[in-house]
Amino acid sequence: MPVPRYKREIPQRYRLEASKCKSCGKVLFPPRLVCPKCGSREFEGVRLSDGGKIVTFTVIRVAPEQFADQTPYVVAVVELGDGVRITAQVVDCRPEEVEIGKPVRLVFRKIQEEGKTGILCYGYKCVLSSLG
Amino acid sequence: MVGIVGYGSYLPRYRIKAEEIAHQWGMDPETIKRGLLLKEKTVPAPDEDTVTIAVEASRNALKRAGIDPGEIGAVYVGSESHPYAVKPSGTIVAEALGITPEVHIADYEFACKAGTEAMWVGYSIVKAGEVKYALSVGADTSQGAPGDALEYSASAGGSAFIFGGEGVVAEVVETYSYTTDTPDFWRREGAFYPRHGGRFTGEPAYFKHILGAGRGIMQKAGLKPADFAYAVFHMPNGKFPLTVGKRLGFLREQLDPGWIVPLMGNTYSGSSPTGLSATFDVSKPGELILLVSFGSGAGSDAFVFRMTERINEVREKAVKVKELLEYSPIYLNYGLYAKFRGKIIMNS
Amino acid sequence: MRDVAIIGCGMTKFGELWDKSIRDIFVEASLKAIADAGVDHIDSMWVGNMTAGLFVGQEHIGALMADYLGVAPIPTVRVESACASGGMALRAGFIEVASGMSDIVLVGGVEKMWDGADVTYALSTASDQEYEVYHGVTFPGLYAMIARAHMHRYGTTREQLAQVAVKNHKNGALNPNAQFQREIKVEAVLNSTMVADPLTLLDCSPVTDGAAAAILCPLAAAKRYADVPVRILASAAATDSLALHQRGDITSLRAVKVSAENAFKQANLGPERIDLAEVHDCFTIAEICVIEELGFVEKGKGGEFTEKGYTALDGKIPINPSGGLKAKGHPVGATGVAQVVEVVEQLRGQAGKRQVKGAKVGLTQNMGGSGASSVVHILGVV
Repeated sequence: MPVPRYKREIPQRYRLEASKCKSCGKVLFPPRLVCPKCGSREFEGVRLSDGGKIVTFTVIRVAPEQFADQTPYVVAVVELGDGVRITAQVVDCRPEEVEIGKPVRLVFRKIQEEGKTGILCYGYKCVLSSLG
Repeated sequence: MVGIVGYGSYLPRYRIKAEEIAHQWGMDPETIKRGLLLKEKTVPAPDEDTVTIAVEASRNALKRAGIDPGEIGAVYVGSESHPYAVKPSGTIVAEALGITPEVHIADYEFACKAGTEAMWVGYSIVKAGEVKYALSVGADTSQGAPGDALEYSASAGGSAFIFGGEGVVAEVVETYSYTTDTPDFWRREGAFYPRHGGRFTGEPAYFKHILGAGRGIMQKAGLKPADFAYAVFHMPNGKFPLTVGKRLGFLREQLDPGWIVPLMGNTYSGSSPTGLSATFDVSKPGELILLVSFGSGAGSDAFVFRMTERINEVREKAVKVKELLEYSPIYLNYGLYAKFRGKIIMNS
Repeated sequence: MRDVAIIGCGMTKFGELWDKSIRDIFVEASLKAIADAGVDHIDSMWVGNMTAGLFVGQEHIGALMADYLGVAPIPTVRVESACASGGMALRAGFIEVASGMSDIVLVGGVEKMWDGADVTYALSTASDQEYEVYHGVTFPGLYAMIARAHMHRYGTTREQLAQVAVKNHKNGALNPNAQFQREIKVEAVLNSTMVADPLTLLDCSPVTDGAAAAILCPLAAAKRYADVPVRILASAAATDSLALHQRGDITSLRAVKVSAENAFKQANLGPERIDLAEVHDCFTIAEICVIEELGFVEKGKGGEFTEKGYTALDGKIPINPSGGLKAKGHPVGATGVAQVVEVVEQLRGQAGKRQVKGAKVGLTQNMGGSGASSVVHILGVV
């Protein structure tokens, strides 16, 4: 993960910073310059909620080299409270515990490492909701 | 009044039992469990490190503090397992919490007392009026060498404390530190596992410094063991804190709420801070709590806290340590544990 | 706009071509197409290729191929739209001939995937790098999430998914250019290694080396070169959000639907007029979703439709008579052109044992990413 690219996405990866269209109210994550719904270019900053539910998911068993030592791992499309959908891993669970519709909570985790000597890349993952 | 305005903890969901480790090395599990008073320990998931633990613990502290993270003027993270040798953990933690850029950040390292160091400095600069709030975290994903006695204890977890002058939950009544140069445990730059001096880590190190700091702070504050509702001592295993508590004159029930090591293991910089967090979870307004940490090298930081009425308002706002300890653990076998902890040589 | 015809085509055998380089296979397919058309020159060339940069460390594919085919200095550009690169290259060639800019245009597609690269990673770059790939998503994973949503919503079963693979392997067994020329059973699909739940290895198209090419010219001139010129009745493409999670309905492929609707409008006919279709079955679930979006079957019924045999070679609407991506192979940038090669052979009546009898109109549908781009062509014999 090249450092400039990593650094640029930090507001989204660490803090779920999104933008809300001032014209139609659509929440965009990541923020964009043009609203895909109404074409407006005026936005205000918002934070996504850290709770949601699983829309669909899979268990990745064959992964790119970067993720090979994590297999098997669960990846899901998650719909957050504000209607925004994201793709994220679901961790700290047995794959058989994961179901469509189950509530999840976002946590801060290491996502990947740039080899043994490169930067560590963090961001959001999900855990099944249970404890505050 | 300056003190803690919010506190929070985090422990991983994965565990390994002492039996599982003992069997791996042909040891008798009952001897280990009886000798060290350890049943199991937390294990960080492969995607957890000091930074992610510090962030989760801090988010819980923020829930209890109910303050705007932007008002925090200092972030101090104490750990002996910072994920980078060079590059601060604190910047990542502060960025994730939305505290940057007007903030003073530093990482601390002093074996198992790096967490209380961060607390010491956080408290001091709030008291000095330099910042409104300071966030101090003790967190670790400590490693014990395979087959070493430390493997039964070295675990992962952490706690975070926000110091401030308004909305105090636990007032800092007194502080005291007791430190000498004592090489009882160390890890050289570039080494993967720490080494230690065996029984030398006991009397000349752990006991000498905790007794020194415990006696010192009580004398300085004019308090005796009976004045305290609870006391928390660093927990490298189950036995040491009970012994040192007894030698200082504390009763077993004063230690119980914070004596979480049999299920948690030794979370190093997060050890006594998480014991403190667990003790806050059960404390009542007006009660006095003694905290004495220990860090190899060696030294102890001591604090006396007095709980305020506000503890009753904030206690339920975030997850409690007992809930973290008891929530549906996932037990690992030694093979998975070795994989999770990076103890298997892989092709790069 | 001029009407455009395909007057020749060719392809390499698909598979693990260890002894051949990306240049070798492109030139081989192109020479076959040139010979098939009987042209003595070409005016321009379009090269569909997804990511030679990642697979073999080679960009600037257009000029390289023109050089090695011996047609330099003609203008040549590599066209990229992930796995839809081949179909999009054909569309570029079609537009060039239709516009009157050039008369004889070669459209090629090529991918060399067995050269030691991290294939799973290279393919994953067709999804959202920052918000999907960053989190460890793979292509089997994305389609697995579509499959699970489809199963959850419409009751599609793993057996129905497996039927797609069984049917395409059956067709592939009749195709001498296919990577897999053997039949498989449903149990084999269900019991093969799980790649991304619920998709197993045999739900996935393989990693393939291969190239395909077609020669285009104005319809008015086509009779000079071909006994049976195949007319391009429609060429339509559409896009959708790159990230799967950005789409309103995970089980719908909007780009496929829109590109198909526009193609049917251009050709002035409907799905009932299609005699056979080569569609993008990169995974078994993809074929089910695509035949629904193309209008061959109602939304949600694709699994059942397949299970009943309606998409078999002798069914209501034969889908992937070539064996599809599943059995013929999926050299990603070549796939869109290879689909056209199959339809041209079928419409000429040259498809051998897998010939769809009396085929007059055929459709190709080629897709990029998890459905972010789709291109549909309708071909017919004049």
